[in-house]
Amino acid sequence: MNLDFSNDQKFLKEEAKKFLEKEKSLSRNRTVLENNSRVDKDLWNKIVDLGWTGIRIPEEYEGLGLGHLELCVIAEELGRFLAPVPFSSSVYLFTEIIINYANDDIKKDILPKLVSGEVVGTLAVTEELKAPSSSNITSKCENSLLNGSKIAVPDAEIATHAIVVAKNEKGVSLQLVDLSSNGVNIEYQENIDESRGHFQIKFDNVECQLIGDESNGWNLYETIVNQAAVLFAYEQIGGSQAAMDMAINYAKERYAFGRPIGSFQAIKHKLADMYISLTLAKSNCYYAAWALSTNSSDLPSASATARVSATKAYQFCSKENIQTHGGNGFTWEYDCHMFYRRSKLLSLNIGSLSNWKEKLVVGLEQSNIN
Amino acid sequence: MDFNDTPDQAKFREKCRTWLENNAPYKDGSAKMESFANKDILKEAKEWQKKKYNAGWAMLHWPKEYGGIGATPIERIIWANEEAKFNVPKGIFEIGLGMCGPVMMTYATEEQKERYLPPMAEGKEIWCQLFSEPSAGSDVAGLRSKAIKKGDKWVVNGQKVWTSGAHFSDFGILVVRHDPELEKHKGLTFFFVDMKSPGIEVKPIKQITGGSSFNEVYFTDVEIPDSQRLGEIGDGWKVAITTLMNERLAVGDADGADVEDAFKWAKNQDNLGEPLLNNRAARESIADWYCEASGLKNTKLRTMSALSKGDTPGPEASITKIVSAAKLQDIGNFGIDSLDMAGMLKTDSENIKRFQNAWLGAPGLRIAGGTDEILRNVIAERVLGLPQDPRADKGVAYKDIPSGKN
Repeated sequence: MNLDFSNDQKFLKEEAKKFLEKEKSLSRNRTVLENNSRVDKDLWNKIVDLGWTGIRIPEEYEGLGLGHLELCVIAEELGRFLAPVPFSSSVYLFTEIIINYANDDIKKDILPKLVSGEVVGTLAVTEELKAPSSSNITSKCENSLLNGSKIAVPDAEIATHAIVVAKNEKGVSLQLVDLSSNGVNIEYQENIDESRGHFQIKFDNVECQLIGDESNGWNLYETIVNQAAVLFAYEQIGGSQAAMDMAINYAKERYAFGRPIGSFQAIKHKLADMYISLTLAKSNCYYAAWALSTNSSDLPSASATARVSATKAYQFCSKENIQTHGGNGFTWEYDCHMFYRRSKLLSLNIGSLSNWKEKLVVGLEQSNIN
Repeated sequence: MDFNDTPDQAKFREKCRTWLENNAPYKDGSAKMESFANKDILKEAKEWQKKKYNAGWAMLHWPKEYGGIGATPIERIIWANEEAKFNVPKGIFEIGLGMCGPVMMTYATEEQKERYLPPMAEGKEIWCQLFSEPSAGSDVAGLRSKAIKKGDKWVVNGQKVWTSGAHFSDFGILVVRHDPELEKHKGLTFFFVDMKSPGIEVKPIKQITGGSSFNEVYFTDVEIPDSQRLGEIGDGWKVAITTLMNERLAVGDADGADVEDAFKWAKNQDNLGEPLLNNRAARESIADWYCEASGLKNTKLRTMSALSKGDTPGPEASITKIVSAAKLQDIGNFGIDSLDMAGMLKTDSENIKRFQNAWLGAPGLRIAGGTDEILRNVIAERVLGLPQDPRADKGVAYKDIPSGKN
């Protein structure tokens, strides 16, 4: 029985933590938010230099050839320090799609550049003010030319490439697009976590390359999302932990009625509930990490379970962190709102809480418990 | 990461399983023999315990001289996992073995350990815990039962309450106040007592489930030899804390209806002409309970992983009772609600009984072994490091502490 990370993985986590602390990732996040600079390119370049973008890329493509567990520990630290970089878009989603479904030519071209930082990727799915599904995609690919429009695409400005979910005659497919191509138009969209840029991308007869099967794209997307859910969940528990720690420290130092507010049971119980929700989420993340790293048949239900509990934990910890801080928590000056914003972004990336709960129950139905 | 036993652990598991297969039937989905309130299973429980004892499984982590086999914590868990697959009685000995045993092990004399521990492990003598009182529940150190020293004996007067199993216990561990002039925690002393002593009267309490697993225990001029004192005079709280720490380990997962019961039920139960599982609210609840149940299961696996490596587990298991007791209550409620008005009725359906038992029994679980509120205080103070509440009874002689109407 060993539901735990190895010593090497724990060491990597510790190194990631030290690095993000030293680089003052939290205050970099504030700077991006305040200056509307959409991404911290300097931090991103340093992350590329550390090799993190190549963790899962095989050595033959100049990556580190490590597993998903290494990615999990990095994700948790990026979440804890709210790193304002396109890691989730480029690494959990774009890179995984290329590794799993692209042909050899594309792999040879793209994967080494993802390691070196020459290529940064994102995933473009949403088109309207509603949840995307295989039946409401209207972006269209014909004769390797893409037309249509995507909204709320994270990190599209720093990204050099995107995987675009588009329909064709046979169904839905994944299309690789070089964002510097003619006919691509990227526009910034104001949003509620401006420490990460979100964009509209319009495609007007843009050259694209098919990734994977022509009709099976939505299933490929779902498969990648089920994997990525575990990594997003790790970012979420990292953020939950940071928000909880912030609330605990404040509750110890802030006095009211002649005593630390952390000595009031109303506050204690709130913080205990944060610990409970975080512990449930963390334990589910461990199991999902195992399922991901071994490609277990349990992965869809394990990742949905981790995703739902991590989303709930981060939403709870970030909103109650504000509440614990009282009036200070509502100010721009305190960091509480940065966790609140990021918890919302992470809960929407790859799909909302209610849809993940539904996915979890559908999984139970398919597992045929009678 | 893996879920494999080490070669030694696999060998041990095989040994457990072989013995169990030769001595007990596997669970077959019929009602489990675990009801604490049911006195009829006492004989059967004692027989099973004796069988285990003779083979060394009864208290396997205890040293050999008291009837154990000196097993490691992970071996103890492996045994428990395997035993849980079999249809065997449980519950009767948990308080004695889980709480009284460790206290005796730590504080009794060598002769006392040799006299009392083996029959306790064997199930020949059953033990109970005499702590709570009518005016001392969560604040158990506020208890009033008095002990006055006379020569080499103590004379005890007072009343205990919520004493599980006192009606069939042979011995009990007891904390009483020897000096009301001292501060609350300082005036307590700890004993073990023969439940057949003259002056002890046990009265069952009827619970909201209709069953009676708890009792009131009255002490009238009960004499206890000083040799049965555990710890120094005035050390009662320190000794009690040892017991309560063990109680937190012993009272864990709430037994009863869980998410799989709710899910299977919802698949088959008709609701307004279609399966209940098609109902959005039902689906959301099931997803939430599934996340909690998995979270607890995986938390246990993390604890086991630490033990397996010989490390001390983190505090994560402290969430178990809070989460599982509330989940039990909600799932019971869900099952009953699914029947609409007919949910009121007692029926022969095992499924419906399971939901009704969960709903009626869960309020007790949210209180026993530390209320939800006390356990949240424990997490906040011991795990998260938050300061204690200022207390109105600090530095005050016990007799001067305000106690309301009582």
